[in-house]
Amino acid sequence: MAKGVKPRIKVPKQASAGEAITIKTLISHKMETGLRKDADGNKIPQSIINRFTCDFNGSNVVDFDMKAGISVNPYFQFEAVVPESGEFKFTWYDDDGSVYEKTKKITVS
Amino acid sequence: MNFAKKIFIILLMIFGLNLSCAVADESAELVVEGQPILTRTKAPSHMENIDEVRSGWTFRIKETQALQMDDFENPGMIFVDKGIDLWNKVEGSKNKSCASCHGDASEFKGLRTVMPKWNASAGALWSMEDHVNNCRTEQMGAEPLKWGKAPMDSIVALIGLQSRGMTMNVKIDGDVQTMWEFGKELFYTRVGQLDMSCANCHEDNYGVMIRADHLSQGQINGFPTYRLKNAKLNSIHARFKGCMKNIRATPYKVGGDEFRALELYVASRGNGLSAETPSVRN
Ligand code: HEC
Ligand code: HEC
Repeated sequence: MAKGVKPRIKVPKQASAGEAITIKTLISHKMETGLRKDADGNKIPQSIINRFTCDFNGSNVVDFDMKAGISVNPYFQFEAVVPESGEFKFTWYDDDGSVYEKTKKITVS
Repeated sequence: MNFAKKIFIILLMIFGLNLSCAVADESAELVVEGQPILTRTKAPSHMENIDEVRSGWTFRIKETQALQMDDFENPGMIFVDKGIDLWNKVEGSKNKSCASCHGDASEFKGLRTVMPKWNASAGALWSMEDHVNNCRTEQMGAEPLKWGKAPMDSIVALIGLQSRGMTMNVKIDGDVQTMWEFGKELFYTRVGQLDMSCANCHEDNYGVMIRADHLSQGQINGFPTYRLKNAKLNSIHARFKGCMKNIRATPYKVGGDEFRALELYVASRGNGLSAETPSVRN
């Protein structure tokens, strides 16, 4: 398993109906490209976060497909319009099979 | 006109065109997560040639400045998180973590503003790294951490963060006076193939462009600093080392007497500014 992986999110606690809110996400991950060699000349296997998704109350908001070459600690910022109170769910998929999840509630007035 | 000034003016002529595109937002105010940070203030009385001291933040471009204003965007905070993990990690023959004795890192609120300081039992000027390693070896029975590497810089940043927004106020007299004077001498001594002193850049020429970089006063109130250049935290001594290499001088030893003295003197040039740890620079 990749070491030191830690997902982080920033979502406002409240919004008004129909407002576009800014969501920031970052996962600390070394994003090993698979192209580097170690001191003995052996290839270091690829180990990256290959997909990131965000859902709101069960429906998909964004779905990113990621390839080698994306820098360490991938950071995504996007806007979402929230129609009602509910819960965002963020999911990161690691090459090694690990899945990291975080959720965040938002109240819409 | 001295030699260094001439070089600067030549550099300015060559790279002068850059001036228009890489300007810093020098009048911007630094507010981090709602907390105002003092980035300009009257120079401490011991400084003879500068009236106003300025944080390195004021010399950076808008985009870099913005990174330090939001903890989510500040990549240095990732290392602070790592520092928290290390803080809670049980290590060494005594089965202890920093938290076992110190509880929360907020116990060290204010400490960053008086570092480096005299340690009476060791009879020496101590940097934050010395405290960390002394506790590791003496209190935990663990291996010391290497200066300038991620684990040490992360824990130093975690401790420093507790003082963010507080006023830098290192002591320069009493037991530390000899070291302070030594540091001052080093700051003004020309070294290396380029035969320059810290002061030639950070006192005589701050505010001008040196190639694509906007020269600051070389303040350390924001250290450890996250640099975009190497995407990691940089310690005070590592930064000193980098500057010495740039003037093709043989750097003093990290953790050695020269850099300790220089750390104290440079810190004292920032007395009155806010601690900014972890700052973001290019
Ligand atoms: C067994 C208890 C113990 C543990 C574990 C311990 N410390 Fe300490 N620490 C002390 C004591 C006692 C002092 C004050 C006396 C001294 O400086 O030795 C101290 C002092 C310090 C100081 C200086 C405080 C000041 O105001 O000058 C720092 C910084 C510090 N510790 C950091 C750490 C860190 C970081 C760790 C984990 C790597 C740690 N300590 C682990 C007991 C402990
Ligand atoms: C040839 C010019 C030059 C000399 C001489 C020089 N530096 Fe620097 N220094 C720079 C440049 C360029 C930077 C990056 C931009 C800036 O912050 O000024 C820098 C940055 C720094 C910083 C980081 C400031 C911050 O806000 O993060 C410190 C600290 C520093 N220098 C200390 C020193 C010390 C101590 C010496 C003497 C041993 C020294 N420098 C000598 C050019 C120089």
